[in-house]
Amino acid sequence: MRRLIPSRNLVVGAVLTAGFAGLALISFVWTPYGVTGVDIANRLKPPGGGYVLGTDQFGRDILSMVMVGARTSIAVALIAVGIGILLGVPLGLAAAARRGGVLDEVIMRANDLIFAFPSLVIAILITAIFGPSAVNAIIAIGIFNIPVFARLVRGGAIALWQRDYVLSARVAGKGAARISAEHILPNLANLLIVQGTIQFSLGILAEAGLSYVGLGAQPPVPSWGRMLAESQTLISIAPHIALFPGLAIVLTVLGLNLLGDGLRDILDPRIRKTRR
Amino acid sequence: MIPHSPTKRSLIGALLLSGLALTAYAEDEVQQQTTVTPAPAPEVDPITVTVGLQLEPPHLDPTSAAAGAIDQVLYANVFEGLTRFGPDGSIRPALARSWTISEDGLSYTFTLAADVTFHDGTAMDANDVVFSLNRARAEDSVNAQKALFEDIASVWAMGETQVRVTLSKPNGNFLFNLAWGDAVIVAPESIENIKTNPVGTGPFMFSDWVQGDQIELVKYAEYWGAPAQLDIATFKFISDPTAAFAAMMAEDIDAFSGFPAPENLPQFEADPRFTVLVGSTEGETILSTNNKMPPFDNVKVREALAHAIDRQAIIDGAMFGYGTPIGTHFAPHNPDYVDLTANSTYDPELARTLLSEAGFPDGFTTTLKLPPPSYARRGGEIIAAQLRAVGIETEITNLEWAQWLEEVFRGKDYGLTIVSHTEPFDIGIYARPDYYFQYDNPVFQEKMATLNSEADPEARSALLAELQTIISEDYVNGYLFQLAALSVANVNLIGLWENAPTQATDLTSVYWDE
Repeated sequence: MRRLIPSRNLVVGAVLTAGFAGLALISFVWTPYGVTGVDIANRLKPPGGGYVLGTDQFGRDILSMVMVGARTSIAVALIAVGIGILLGVPLGLAAAARRGGVLDEVIMRANDLIFAFPSLVIAILITAIFGPSAVNAIIAIGIFNIPVFARLVRGGAIALWQRDYVLSARVAGKGAARISAEHILPNLANLLIVQGTIQFSLGILAEAGLSYVGLGAQPPVPSWGRMLAESQTLISIAPHIALFPGLAIVLTVLGLNLLGDGLRDILDPRIRKTRR
Repeated sequence: MIPHSPTKRSLIGALLLSGLALTAYAEDEVQQQTTVTPAPAPEVDPITVTVGLQLEPPHLDPTSAAAGAIDQVLYANVFEGLTRFGPDGSIRPALARSWTISEDGLSYTFTLAADVTFHDGTAMDANDVVFSLNRARAEDSVNAQKALFEDIASVWAMGETQVRVTLSKPNGNFLFNLAWGDAVIVAPESIENIKTNPVGTGPFMFSDWVQGDQIELVKYAEYWGAPAQLDIATFKFISDPTAAFAAMMAEDIDAFSGFPAPENLPQFEADPRFTVLVGSTEGETILSTNNKMPPFDNVKVREALAHAIDRQAIIDGAMFGYGTPIGTHFAPHNPDYVDLTANSTYDPELARTLLSEAGFPDGFTTTLKLPPPSYARRGGEIIAAQLRAVGIETEITNLEWAQWLEEVFRGKDYGLTIVSHTEPFDIGIYARPDYYFQYDNPVFQEKMATLNSEADPEARSALLAELQTIISEDYVNGYLFQLAALSVANVNLIGLWENAPTQATDLTSVYWDE
């Protein structure tokens, strides 16, 4: 029965995540101010007054920037994780189905190859070669999500292939692809949801890192990482312009991590067992 | 190790007992490095200064590269030319103490300072001048400013200290040209290793270069002119504005020439330990426009650009108020400057009308490629917002300097870019159709040629006014502001240049007032 009582982690994580997702969604229809206009007369205004979180060095409202920046971060991270799942999961399923075969070897060694490189360095390489943009940031982060999901799925699937119901499905004449889709994948959903949440938070962090060094979304599209980078020399005269994008990154990543942990507590069968 | 240990121990002991050991030790080192003849007062601490700079030179030969960072360290300090720039931009005698110009303006006879030696001890005489000028103008010369020397027909040594230069046509700018860092006098004996071991005639000699960190110069005791008032000058390279701010505040450096973060200057101003020098540079900061690329080949579109831009907002927003508005490509502190800012007043309504007349009622989309300095990156975001207000969408791309030089400057693959043209008196670039903004106007080119052969000051002023007006009314580029020279220094350090008539950190008359 314990699994029906959500843990504190889960609640805090869900609230933070929902909060930022909400901000991002609201920004599509409404922000307190525009984020592409420049209003030099009102620059570096402290929080309070007409601007809840103050204004930046160009007089843009920081709350609006953070809201639209949430959109950028979430979109980049979400699509990158999507790429990882769409490509990684079939690869992992195929490797598990042909366990020990040539296909398995090829897929897993290719995964090892990608894993062998520090992800952020390669992401910087990719964006440096193909030019800095949000799309290239997505591709760069997405590529590194592929082996994560492929490995996870292969490990989980190998265990499931030994199960009796899989055996009976084989006896019934179902092919490997069909078994993978109908019997293996649904039983891996829990694992994928948990890992997806964790990868999502890493994606947000990676996007902020790339933007910070100028390789993510380009101006005037607001991005938390670039807001931080641009506030660097102003930190001693207007600390608020660094504080809020920084807080946004910290809270979103924290929220997603807590959410991921909380979901694992509920969904992961192994943890469920030990808890009982 | 063992024989050394007593010495070491005693040194540490002395160090613990008093601070004297350290100073005495440091002095010994200086003695070894600086003096050819023994210094008279060994009990005095060496007078040192540490100056922060943002950019490190790629190498140390000012006669073979356009990099201003080389002159920033070496100009006037290590290398000298026949003439030189003063702090106010005036042309002053340097190695040439006097000169006579023939009536037809074709022959210059220079009298050199006597008893001048290079830092390696060899004599500097007329032959070195002949060597330097011939090397700079030679067919295979790699001098970055070869055009400075193109009117020279011949260079003759007339004796130990007499040099005659004849020109193929009169050139009113010749003495100015010789003052550039690219025209300094070098020696055939030391030219081979100049990139790593520059040997000049200046009051400081090169001592050490720790790549990525600092360059150290020491006083040259045999200097022919007024001796330097500093014993050791260290240039530290700090590219990150935040680190520059911290180094200055911690007093790790005594001065920062060309401080990269104008937003921090009020904090220095409020601090009694520092003085802030705000002057003018030769840097015309412009919204460079690709004149050959549609729709910018239409003067109406360029005019619309000019009226869409609010200069003051850019100066305030990108430079925190430091900078002088300009309406043409000429330095406002120059006596021949004409204020043409009225040609391009901020008027978004007019800009929209002009765009409609040009056939772009709904505006258009173009590229805006930005090099690293904050005037470009910040200015770019502000300009993008201002252009968006009249319907022109810009795709901003932030580039590193190497990419910018490749794509924009050499490749001409851009619509708009922002850059500061820091060479002095560089309106001549508008007479070069192959220059990166690709402005091709025969009338301008003709007048520029007339100017170059005109020596009469009044006629020159009139021509310069015309030239400035032509490019302003042709709206060749968006003229934004003259880049301010911003330096921060210890309040007791006297004699640094306030203005920057050329890229230099002239330490020859800098001293500590204590």
